[in-house]
Amino acid sequence: MSSNHPFGSYEPVIGIEIHAQLSTKSKMFCASSTEFGAGDNDHICEVCTAMPGALPVVNKKAIEYSIKMGLALGCQIRDRSVFSRKQYFYPDLPKGYQISQFDLPLCEHGKVEYILDGKKMEVSITRAHMEEDAGKSTHHGEYSLINLNRAGTPLLEIVSGPDMHSPQEAAEYARTVHKILRYLDVCDGNLEEGSFRCDCNVSVRKKGETIFNTRVEIKNINSFRFVEKAIEYEILRQIDCMETGEKINQETRLYDPDKNRTFMMRSKEEAHDYRYFPDPDLLTVILEESFVEKVRGELPELPLKRAERFQQEYKIPEYDSFVLTQEKEIADYYEKVVKASGNPKSASNWVMTELMRELNDAKKTFAQSPVSAEQLGAMVMLIDKGTISGKIAKTVFAEMWATGKNPDVIVKEKGLVQITDTSAIEKAIDDVIAANPAETEAYRGGKEKLFGFFVGQVMKVTKGQASPDMVNQLLKKKLAGG
Amino acid sequence: MSKALDIPTVQKVAELARLKLTDDEIKAIAGQLKAVLENFEQIAAVNTKDVEPLVTPTDLRVHFREDAVVVQPDLDAFLANAPARSGRLFKVPPVV
Amino acid sequence: MDLTFATSSEIAAAVKNKKVTALEVTRHFMNRVQTLDKQINAFVTVNEKAEEAAKAVDAKIASGKDPGALAGVPVAVKDLLCTKGLRTTASSKILGNFIPPYSSTVVSRLEAAGAITIGKTSLDEFGMGSSNENAASGIVRNPWNPEYVPGGSSGGSAAALSARMASAAIGTDTGGSIRQPASFCGLFGIKPTYGRVSRFGIIAFASSLDQAGPMAHSTGDCALMLETISGSCSHDSTSASLEVPKWSQLLKDDVKGMRIGLPREYFAEKLDPDVDRVTKEAIEALKARGATTVEISLPLVKHAVPVYYLVATAEASANLARYDGMRFGHRSSNAAHGDLDDLYSRSRGEGFGPEVKRRIMLGTYALSSGYYDAYYAKASQVRRLIRDEFLKAFESCDVILSPVCTSPAFKIGERINDPLEMYLNDIFTTSTNLAGLPGMSVPAGYSSKGLPIGVQLMGRHWDEAKMFNVSLAIENALGAAKARRPHVI
Repeated sequence: MSSNHPFGSYEPVIGIEIHAQLSTKSKMFCASSTEFGAGDNDHICEVCTAMPGALPVVNKKAIEYSIKMGLALGCQIRDRSVFSRKQYFYPDLPKGYQISQFDLPLCEHGKVEYILDGKKMEVSITRAHMEEDAGKSTHHGEYSLINLNRAGTPLLEIVSGPDMHSPQEAAEYARTVHKILRYLDVCDGNLEEGSFRCDCNVSVRKKGETIFNTRVEIKNINSFRFVEKAIEYEILRQIDCMETGEKINQETRLYDPDKNRTFMMRSKEEAHDYRYFPDPDLLTVILEESFVEKVRGELPELPLKRAERFQQEYKIPEYDSFVLTQEKEIADYYEKVVKASGNPKSASNWVMTELMRELNDAKKTFAQSPVSAEQLGAMVMLIDKGTISGKIAKTVFAEMWATGKNPDVIVKEKGLVQITDTSAIEKAIDDVIAANPAETEAYRGGKEKLFGFFVGQVMKVTKGQASPDMVNQLLKKKLAGG
Repeated sequence: MSKALDIPTVQKVAELARLKLTDDEIKAIAGQLKAVLENFEQIAAVNTKDVEPLVTPTDLRVHFREDAVVVQPDLDAFLANAPARSGRLFKVPPVV
Repeated sequence: MDLTFATSSEIAAAVKNKKVTALEVTRHFMNRVQTLDKQINAFVTVNEKAEEAAKAVDAKIASGKDPGALAGVPVAVKDLLCTKGLRTTASSKILGNFIPPYSSTVVSRLEAAGAITIGKTSLDEFGMGSSNENAASGIVRNPWNPEYVPGGSSGGSAAALSARMASAAIGTDTGGSIRQPASFCGLFGIKPTYGRVSRFGIIAFASSLDQAGPMAHSTGDCALMLETISGSCSHDSTSASLEVPKWSQLLKDDVKGMRIGLPREYFAEKLDPDVDRVTKEAIEALKARGATTVEISLPLVKHAVPVYYLVATAEASANLARYDGMRFGHRSSNAAHGDLDDLYSRSRGEGFGPEVKRRIMLGTYALSSGYYDAYYAKASQVRRLIRDEFLKAFESCDVILSPVCTSPAFKIGERINDPLEMYLNDIFTTSTNLAGLPGMSVPAGYSSKGLPIGVQLMGRHWDEAKMFNVSLAIENALGAAKARRPHVI
């Protein structure tokens, strides 16, 4: 970040653990459904309720998705990784242990790049490992109720290095990881449903120092805005402690968005002794190189790479390239428009302005757009060929949005073809000049501002269909020449 | 190896394992485990330098499950053994 | 036909050929349970639906369908295997009246082959013990002498079968729990290679050591039972996808040229003179049939007991965490109101018996921060060395022979107060589980007090076949299994 950030002589040190729910149909270790919003305890079986004698069997898709994400994060994929048991007692954890990965995780040593304020940032990925989610408890004062529908849902935990130094960096990092997960289509990224959750580790040190001070973990944040706000609050709280000489305790805190503050959940003294050990119910995951290579072959181009390519190949501005690559769907749509129109610049303008506005208003995704990429491309081509003007194109687009018809059909039906016939335009100009003698006089007397008035009048007479270029050219000549 | 398996250590382990033990049980277990662990010290003498720990003793090939949902025909059977329920949810003491 | 003393394959053949109905067979054995089990206490739960199952087998036969290889054979199942709709307790108070919503693969396969689950048999709670004295439903007595233990942990299965209250039985073996009670009760019992039999639905004691296997009155029945329950299972990641040989058909009384390995260290242990004598008789019998003996050395097996107990209790401490009174099983009514941790601790404190608590404590300690490396990790390393030692020994022999235990069955109450003494008793059996090898107990003779004594065979990974052939040779040569009958019968 820039040197004038609001933390004065302090430098925050931030690392994030992201829990991403993998979008498999069935759970990590059993065949129960992962579908969200089912009836109470409707998606359970002997495995995810930890009935005596039940055993876990690994979901192949979960492994595949984890490898995919690992590769996208530039990680090394271990050919031998191990599931371990992380032991603690909690009613939403049926086995009394969570199956996770400990000393031999699937993915290690990667990095994520993103752009913040025009500057390329890099965050190291320490590891990404597979684990299962717990169930859900709801609290009713005297008692709690346990729903195990979510228990055993596959998660990928992505652990960053302590490489971020501002709340904005942290939030942008989280957004970037979210974007990559969505690009790969391995996580639905739904923040409200808890498919993407962040635990943020925050400590503060004096600028220039390289030591790591006591860190505090803020658990379970499920919005990018809250990531930023919670970290900001926590940094300021810690700076305050340092200034007043108060001890910062290693503890786990939660963020309350309503009060915009963090509060203590449990202290280090209560920290668990998780007694990790290799799960003897599961064999070492031995991956054939060919399997990993197959997954690698299926990797799509990642957002940052794609944005950079858009800038080079299509000569569009950096900002546009980021907007167009924020989701794979958008980027795919855009490239189809480019292909159909042959005009990347114009394609980006139409996608980013008209189409995005309409989609936003209608709360639709690109996949649901009534205007297909091919249709929009064809329309851009009609402009470029001079068949319609840019102005008329807006009418055509509105009609396409409303009816889903092809642009050439609309142009034909509505008679919207641009007038490029010189004599027809000259006739219109003559009529306008004749009808406005006073203005003509004034213009010729030096009031050149009136030129716009004449253009408007000519367009009005031609119902907007006259080629604007030709109108400009001919009008200038006529007004000057008399 | 076993740094005297004293009473406080046994109590700590019992807490970790969520086992309510009487004072007599704690005393008895401390004594018995002490004897057992003293005997077990013998393995410290085995040279295990560079030996990879063994978990599964036979060479088995890992097999994964295809990602397919199986719907349980009798879901109630998975709830029927619960000591306390509210509707279809497991009822437990307050967890916060 | 005398159903009581018929082999399982004879019963299946008779049922299949309509010489007797499955219902008649089931009633015959059910009656024996009603009369004899008062003295033995082998069963925790008798299957009220056994007759119904027998009728279904008869109906299948009547309609001309294949009823399966074990048609109408009444099997006693250790109460550690889940049976859908039939109470399963692991001989523990903590499971309360747990009714499994599903069946273990072993039970499903037996029933698919026409076998009748006659009841669920007692065990040392969760498989933890060698005497069947640690059971919520009380001590089980040895039919050969009710003053003596039947062995454990599959003591109920062994006692039930020995008193002929079933035609065959299923046990589980984590450190000798099939072989030791088989030896104490005069039965054939096999713990197959780790991964041969699915563990799905078998209440876990120690996942990397547990294997289920049959107990029977003959080598042939043992082979038939094992081939029925073996094979790949999609619900168990540690089940092997290898093809299962038809052992019952491959069985040959032929040990000519077979190299029998005799581990020097096993015979150097202080052995009961009767055990020593019987073991030597078995060796001589095999030699007389053309086998040769090879002395082998397994210097590290002396550490098998500590390694076994550290690994087994560590795994058990996690496997038994699910018994928390939340979704099933015992929930204490004495906990402080609203105190979750107190409820956990009291439910578990009340629900588990002393031996289980002791082992959970040992296992938790072995995995806890600061002790993991010295105990669990170190034991897992020595485990590899022990396995490798066995693999090397098998380069010079085909089957290893040894005693099963240092002594025949001991008296009830004799060792219950000394856990270490009890643990050390597992010296000959635990190494097989650590190495994942198949191991078998074969009746070979009797003590001066008339208690049965078995010898142990150990084979290479996946090579149960050779063990079965050696077993058949001993069975035919010594005739021990048929020579005498137990006191309670």
